Amino acid sequence: MDRLSDDDLALLLLIRSFELKLLDLFERGELNGTTHTCLGQEYVPVSLRPLLREPDWVFSNHRGHGHYLARFGDPEGLLAEIMGRKGAVCEGVGGSQHLRRGRYLSTGVQGQSLPVAAGVALRLKRDEPGALACVHIGDGTWGEGAVYEALNLAQLWRLPLLVVVEHNGIAQSTPTALQMAGTIEDRARAFGIAHHHVDVFDLSRIRAGLAPLIDSLRADPRPLIVEFATHRLGPHSKGDDTRPSGFPRTDWYAAYQAAHPAQSARIEAEARARVDEIAADVSARPAATWTTA
Amino acid sequence: MSPAEPPGRPGSGVPPGAARGGDRVGEDLNRALHGLLDDDSSVYVLGEDLLDPYGGAFKITKGLSTRFPDRVLTTPLSEGTIVGAASGLALAGGKAIAEIMFADFAALAFDQILNFASKSVTMYGARVPVPLVIRCPSGGHRGYGPTHSQSPQKHFIGIPGLSLFEMSPFHDNRAVLDRMLALREPCLFFEDKVLYTRRMYPPGVAEELFRWDLAGDVAVVRLDPGPAPAGDPSGCLDVPSGDLDYVVIVPGGLAHRALAAMRALLLDHDLAGVLLVPSRLYPFDPAPLLDLLGRAPLICVAEDGSAGGTWGGHVAADLHTRLWGRLRRPVKLVSSADSVIPTAAHLERDVLVQDGTIRRAVREGLDG
Ligand SMILES: Cc1ncc(C[n+]2csc(CCOP(=O)(O)OP(=O)(O)O)c2C)c(N)n1
Repeated sequence: MDRLSDDDLALLLLIRSFELKLLDLFERGELNGTTHTCLGQEYVPVSLRPLLREPDWVFSNHRGHGHYLARFGDPEGLLAEIMGRKGAVCEGVGGSQHLRRGRYLSTGVQGQSLPVAAGVALRLKRDEPGALACVHIGDGTWGEGAVYEALNLAQLWRLPLLVVVEHNGIAQSTPTALQMAGTIEDRARAFGIAHHHVDVFDLSRIRAGLAPLIDSLRADPRPLIVEFATHRLGPHSKGDDTRPSGFPRTDWYAAYQAAHPAQSARIEAEARARVDEIAADVSARPAATWTTA
Repeated sequence: MSPAEPPGRPGSGVPPGAARGGDRVGEDLNRALHGLLDDDSSVYVLGEDLLDPYGGAFKITKGLSTRFPDRVLTTPLSEGTIVGAASGLALAGGKAIAEIMFADFAALAFDQILNFASKSVTMYGARVPVPLVIRCPSGGHRGYGPTHSQSPQKHFIGIPGLSLFEMSPFHDNRAVLDRMLALREPCLFFEDKVLYTRRMYPPGVAEELFRWDLAGDVAVVRLDPGPAPAGDPSGCLDVPSGDLDYVVIVPGGLAHRALAAMRALLLDHDLAGVLLVPSRLYPFDPAPLLDLLGRAPLICVAEDGSAGGTWGGHVAADLHTRLWGRLRRPVKLVSSADSVIPTAAHLERDVLVQDGTIRRAVREGLDG
């Protein structure tokens, strides 16, 4: 595995430490409700980070903490949102799966954001050529009809829509083999939509493969489906992992750590210390107030 | 049955009710959309089969795609995505009008309406503007059968962030469209299909016997008090007790049936009443009407939705609470039967509210 820049590794490990902290806070009964960690999938938004621009919209899903942190690098605001404390990005109303900040938005209903992103992409195509709408979905979400309505529209109207599929082989408790007939690639082909497969962890190789595709999507608007073969390391939400021990869950970080132990140790220690500090600070804050209720 | 004939009943040259009065309601709405697109370059119209020369299943979008080809977009048969994409346009700084071909099909967009567009206004903490109007041609009396004739308003009542409006022959469509977009939250606009071919009531006059004015957004129709300063709506709620045997409240689609019932009640039974037609059905604030309603011997609320969980039930619960101690009788409710809407004309007639249904309800209410 090639050595990563300190910046990239720091962001990856910030996301990892943040997610581990959430599970820990849940364990200790300090978090309310639910959450879905992106452990194992951190590199997806980190690889996209330099490829996305400020005017681009990002539509995230339930497993969206990494998407948010890669865009804004704001663990304080995110944790405050999840804990319902002062400084929360959405005043504690949205919580983990309903975040909005500028051109970033997530919702908790699977498949729902694709049609909305198509509408946004239409507006961008007309008013801000070169900008795109990026939507993150999982493999399980391909069961929703809204996905196909939106893909049809996006290809028909040649919309600058980047669909990022995080194919982690499972949806909640159901392995992909029990819920998907055929493949995502063939479904893309049925619409005449370009499909790009990513099956490596290496950020520079991922970016090199994606950069020309995203550039041409900006120059000549049309949808693109990028499918990451990835692995969910943790539970679906919390304490609900029913997978047998043999279920594949490769951790990019274990491989990276082995190849670059000194850099990993240094940056991981920094990330953990930072997240510990933020957790202590946010936990001590007063409750969020909903000013527009 | 395709809805694609020219406005009006299939095959008839001159639709009923077209004999006198202002423009047809459908033409008024079409003109309102033309004006809106002309005045505001951020407005889009999306829906199925909108393009000229077809111009929409009910021709309400006729001419729009020719004049504004970039912003009037025909879509695939994808109601969820029509509303979703319209919400996206609204979130990204545009304003969107989505047409659902038949109100029944709004069910296919229910997730986008309930869980996205409406919630987005408030679920992200700060208020997010979502200027979105979803047009829903609703109602029966045209023989389109169970899946093309519903008045599904009741299924959308009580959704935070969502307003319900209904077209009427009294309310200027451009003003209503402007108001809905200015709310900057999603609105459903129900358009009873039978109204498209009826005429707008010119200011002041409703049939020969009645006069109408607006009190806020509520059209108030009462017995013509004789020569009154034209265009002066003040005092239209000060109906003398002698002319106030009952009040009927209806959404716009029932306006003509309610007026026919009022005429018969007057001529055959010497009962004089007041008709109230609000433009916004939900939330509905009866506060400005309470004095009038409190003095009425009977209040009747009629609607086309099927029985059970109705708009009228919601309005009645509110009025019972606010007017407890003043009401002389329970609010009388009229709705369509607890039934699917049959296709055959004679069967459909039995299920839907007719002018006779309202007339009978008022008499029963007053007798009871
Ligand atoms: C419409 C809808 N149905 C069901 C759910 C409950 N749910 C939340 S996440 C999830 C699994 C999603 O799987 P996938 O798209 O593969 O994403 P992953 O969780 O693997 O990241 C389910 C069923 C939901 N949120 N929305």
